[in-house]
Amino acid sequence: MAAPSVAAVPLIELGAVGKTYNLGRPNQAEVLHGVSLSIARGEFVALIGPSGSGKSTLLNIIGLLEKMTAGSYRIDGQETGGLDDAGLTALRGTSLGFVFQFHHLLPAFTALENVTLPALMREGRVSPAQRERARTVLAAMGLADAMGKHPGELSGGMQQRVAIARALVLQPPLVLADEPTGNLDTASSDEVFGLMRRMHAELHTSFLVVTHDTRLAARCDRIIELVDGRIERDEATPAGV
Amino acid sequence: MPWGGKTVLGWLGFERRVAMRFLLEGRMQTLLIIVGVAAGVAVVAYISALITGLQRNTLEKTLGAQAHVTLSAPDDVVLAARAPAAGATLLTQTQPRVQRPRSVANWQSLLPLMEALPGVAAVSPMVAGAGLALRGEASKSIALVGVELDRYDRIVQLRSKVVAGTARLDPGEGILGRELAEDLGVRVGDRVRLVTGDNSDSVRVTALVDLGARELNRRTVIVPLRTAQSLVGLPGGATNLDLVLHDVWTAQVLADDMARRWPYKVESWQRANAQLVAALNAQSVSTALIRGVVMVVVVLGIASVLVVSVVQKRREIGILRAMGATRGQVLRIFLLQGAIVGAAGSALGVLLAVLLIWAFTSFVRGSDGLPLFAITLAPLLALQVAAVATFCGVLAAVAPARRAAALDPAAAIRM
Repeated sequence: MAAPSVAAVPLIELGAVGKTYNLGRPNQAEVLHGVSLSIARGEFVALIGPSGSGKSTLLNIIGLLEKMTAGSYRIDGQETGGLDDAGLTALRGTSLGFVFQFHHLLPAFTALENVTLPALMREGRVSPAQRERARTVLAAMGLADAMGKHPGELSGGMQQRVAIARALVLQPPLVLADEPTGNLDTASSDEVFGLMRRMHAELHTSFLVVTHDTRLAARCDRIIELVDGRIERDEATPAGV
Repeated sequence: MPWGGKTVLGWLGFERRVAMRFLLEGRMQTLLIIVGVAAGVAVVAYISALITGLQRNTLEKTLGAQAHVTLSAPDDVVLAARAPAAGATLLTQTQPRVQRPRSVANWQSLLPLMEALPGVAAVSPMVAGAGLALRGEASKSIALVGVELDRYDRIVQLRSKVVAGTARLDPGEGILGRELAEDLGVRVGDRVRLVTGDNSDSVRVTALVDLGARELNRRTVIVPLRTAQSLVGLPGGATNLDLVLHDVWTAQVLADDMARRWPYKVESWQRANAQLVAALNAQSVSTALIRGVVMVVVVLGIASVLVVSVVQKRREIGILRAMGATRGQVLRIFLLQGAIVGAAGSALGVLLAVLLIWAFTSFVRGSDGLPLFAITLAPLLALQVAAVATFCGVLAAVAPARRAAALDPAAAIRM
């Protein structure tokens, strides 16, 4: 049997992933029940579901911020279950970008410095090429005039665009976005979502977006719906088709 | 390798940048703790300099007119008239013997041996005795000191203590303590009669000296060695040999060593001034205690600020960890903050200590209008205090840094 080609290996692959909090204690709570899914390179996927359905937990597990209690999880074919904290951290730094609902920029750093932080973290310095790349991404986000400003001086939408630029700057294969527009008005939401789609088209980065907004979910290529810790629906949207 | 290719500068780059920004972000908090560290460092540096100065001054005053080690003839002891019979118990009651002035046997041949001892700076033979100084109706009891001027000068720097006249000790000449001269109504050039038991002689006063203590000035008469020998009745003898050392604190060790080697009575200045040494030791212990307590307060101050900072920065720590920062990097960010606060506080503290010392030497003066004693902050001491404070900063940061590094990123981001 021939080895599968690189293109055939899913970017991420979850097999019967379970998560139980407070395992073995009276307040034990199972929030994910055997979730299996895979995301291919270049996909733009929405993860929807009611509050408490386990969306954030699933996203944290995919983001290597939490450990699953059952099942298997591969990134680019690499099993993550046996990795220690250092291994998980290294993989997180190279394979994943994060965008959070509340922006989570570092207030003491300017927009440009926030975007160059991943490079600084990795190499201890920011090369001129990396700085230029950060400028380019920020400019693509429409933030050419805001690079020297601190997060406190930017609107919510602008802050979220800086966060997206930061997630994309090292060109990770997958960006995980947790309610990226949940804190924005409709106009800003549309703008931010539009930018994410544009960067997806330009960079072929995969996106997994947790959202409550069915309108935005419909603009993704694929919708995965989670209910009570189980996948209720996993289908391509008309946009994806 | 994603983490490969890091340089040493690179290792510091991220941690240093984030640590500085975190500190600058909490400006007031940072400023307050730096001032707190500076106050601690200033107190430690100032107290250390003050006590060092005070002790040096006390030692100079004490040792200014005395030898570091004195060797003299062994005391006369009473010997048993006959040996007790075997098995018998001997009951004795001993009357101490009168101690006569006695010469150190072979002192001339001992001199070069002692000069060759390690750490010895100078040796001077002396004849010491008691007597009376007479002038007209006045008579005062005196401590007679017979010396060779050049040698004795190396022991007590006699020439620098002259307040009138010129120190000179040719035959028939003498040097008097300042107060004694006043009591006798003597000026430089006048003659004084010296009487000891059956002998007497007359000397011309060439100089008056201030030996640093009123009691010494009131009693001391310094004459040539030969004059004293004939007055005390020890022709060719010397009652003791005075030694000064390069390091005063080695005196006891040297004295013990000499006592083992030669059958003489050897006394160090520490033994002769046991109370003073005890007081100096007590002072040093108190200073060390104060320094220790202040440093503990500094550590607690820095630690408390960093603990608060870790709580305040939970979310930022979480996001950094999510972005790929290792536990080690987070740990170093907080250790560096401790070090920076410690170092900045040290620099400010040393400046503050210099200011305090300047204020002390400018405003605290003795009755003569001169500074009480000299205190200076030695560069080495300043460096030591600064290094200790910076180390304390890092030490204080260990617990908060470990706490920050152990934060669960998912939980921190949810906050």
